[in-house]
Amino acid sequence: MAVAISSTMDQASRASTIPLGGRRSSMRRPLIGAVAAAAWVGVALLTILCSDLPDTEWDYTGNLAAAFAALGVLLALATSADFWFACLPRIQRLAPWMLALALLAGAWETVTAKLGILPMPFFPPPQALLEVVIDDRARLAEGVVASLRLLAGGYFLGAVLGFVVGVAMGWSRAVGYWIHPILRFVGPLPATAWLPLAFFVFPSSHSASTFLIALATGFPVTVLTWSGVASVSRAYYDIARTLGANQSFLILKVTIPAAMPHVFVGLFMGLGNSFAVLVIAEMLGVKAGLGWYLQWAQGWAAYANMYAALLIMALIFSGLITLLFRLRDRLLAWQKGLVRW
Amino acid sequence: MVAHTAVSQIAPEANLAPVQGAALSIHEVSHYFELEGRPLPVLERISLRIEPGEFVALLGPSGCGKSTLLRLVAGLDAPATGILSMDGRPIDGPDASRIIVFQDPTLYPWRTVWSNVALGLEARGLLRSHCQRVDDVLRLVGLAGFPTAYPRQLSGGMSQRAALARALVNDPKLLILDEPLGQLDSLTRIAMQEELVSLWQRAGFTALLVTHDVEEAVFLANRIIVLSDRPARIRAEVVNGRPYPRHRGDPHLVELRREIMGHLGLAESW
Repeated sequence: MAVAISSTMDQASRASTIPLGGRRSSMRRPLIGAVAAAAWVGVALLTILCSDLPDTEWDYTGNLAAAFAALGVLLALATSADFWFACLPRIQRLAPWMLALALLAGAWETVTAKLGILPMPFFPPPQALLEVVIDDRARLAEGVVASLRLLAGGYFLGAVLGFVVGVAMGWSRAVGYWIHPILRFVGPLPATAWLPLAFFVFPSSHSASTFLIALATGFPVTVLTWSGVASVSRAYYDIARTLGANQSFLILKVTIPAAMPHVFVGLFMGLGNSFAVLVIAEMLGVKAGLGWYLQWAQGWAAYANMYAALLIMALIFSGLITLLFRLRDRLLAWQKGLVRW
Repeated sequence: MVAHTAVSQIAPEANLAPVQGAALSIHEVSHYFELEGRPLPVLERISLRIEPGEFVALLGPSGCGKSTLLRLVAGLDAPATGILSMDGRPIDGPDASRIIVFQDPTLYPWRTVWSNVALGLEARGLLRSHCQRVDDVLRLVGLAGFPTAYPRQLSGGMSQRAALARALVNDPKLLILDEPLGQLDSLTRIAMQEELVSLWQRAGFTALLVTHDVEEAVFLANRIIVLSDRPARIRAEVVNGRPYPRHRGDPHLVELRREIMGHLGLAESW
């Protein structure tokens, strides 16, 4: 029996450490890292040595080249550190992407600032974005803070309420009886449809938007929590009951942990929904945040500002998704190997 | 692998507090299910008395209502008519002195082996004071090396051992076994049968086992109750006085098995 488990565990650990591609490519990785580093330095040289189009004057071309070069140097350092001391294995995974990004940045720089193939002002060069990020950093930072505050308030409110209502619905027949029709009737309405009403009813656009984000988050969280609770195996309850568990033990130690995988599906869906509602609410009513910044930049035809704001938004939103994944992997570590997403 | 584990899994040094087995009385119990609005009788006037420390096997065809009877004994469901009582007190709900082990180990996948076994103590608020018991019982069932493993990492036999440990940690007076070895391969099953006997002899609990394996019933039990097809009635009662440890080739056991096959209407196939 001891043999049986250790071999099962070995298989599990082996399966998780061997990358899908096998070992064949690992020897080439330092090479790709070096090429990527060289490519970034090359793009830096291209940026600084080839002059910008004569009728455009970009203040930050030099800074951009310096940034590219710094990236190349960092990449070279990281690659050689990993090559000699094997201390940064992640850099090997990143290397092909870094190379692709270098080529992309070079191409972007070439067709905008250097050759002007793509027309201004719709397609600003990278240095224009850098300029926005540096010169307009105060306003952007303000936007980031405002967006995050609004999002966090609405998301937490929606997630907590959705979770509680979902558990209550799954647990109590009476709650299910009253809430289910409401969910069926109101749930399919996109949260944004409430927007005009919410801005009218709520005392401030901030509270209205919090409500909308909470609604957009809460709906999938409720439904998924409820379905998670409903699908908990009856045998789990029988086991706990024969062992002397009371009602609160059943809810806290059986129902909720068993339903958590479903709850997380709801949390992911809710997070996606909340982003959409956040941006729309900021564009249409809230006078702050990245959505508002996008709208404002469009009004001034400041396309570089829009791209910069979009880029920041993408970074923040994908970072939040990653954070939720981390939380899930930590809380649901027992699922490791059972789930593939 | 299994052959030697049969002897070695039960750690002799693990202390197991001997308990006084419970007496179980089932009096005129009938039960039925609702099926499409009509009652489907599953148990018909079952009366049975089990003495403290006895090992009784309920044997019957699949789907005859054996498991239903066990759920009633465990207090998970209430009978339509009749009275069940343990040590003279009527059974009106689940209680940690009567623990059921199901065919499916039903370990909680989100808990490690250790905290699965600790479940009963935790539910009754005894974990802090009886924490050591969990380790003892894990040693007893041969899982001392795997307290931090998750259920998905265990083999079928190990999962069932963990389920058994989860029951034993509560020092049950009555252990209700609902085909606990039904899903195991035949080698593991034989090994676990011997372990079960050894545990029962040392711990002193009363055991009520449901099975449809005649050989298992004959090998394990003092008394074998043969049930009829649904609705289940007691068709025969066979006393098995052979001393433990028993041997499968014992001619008396073979003869008992033949007799029971006859009660089940399968005499000619033996």
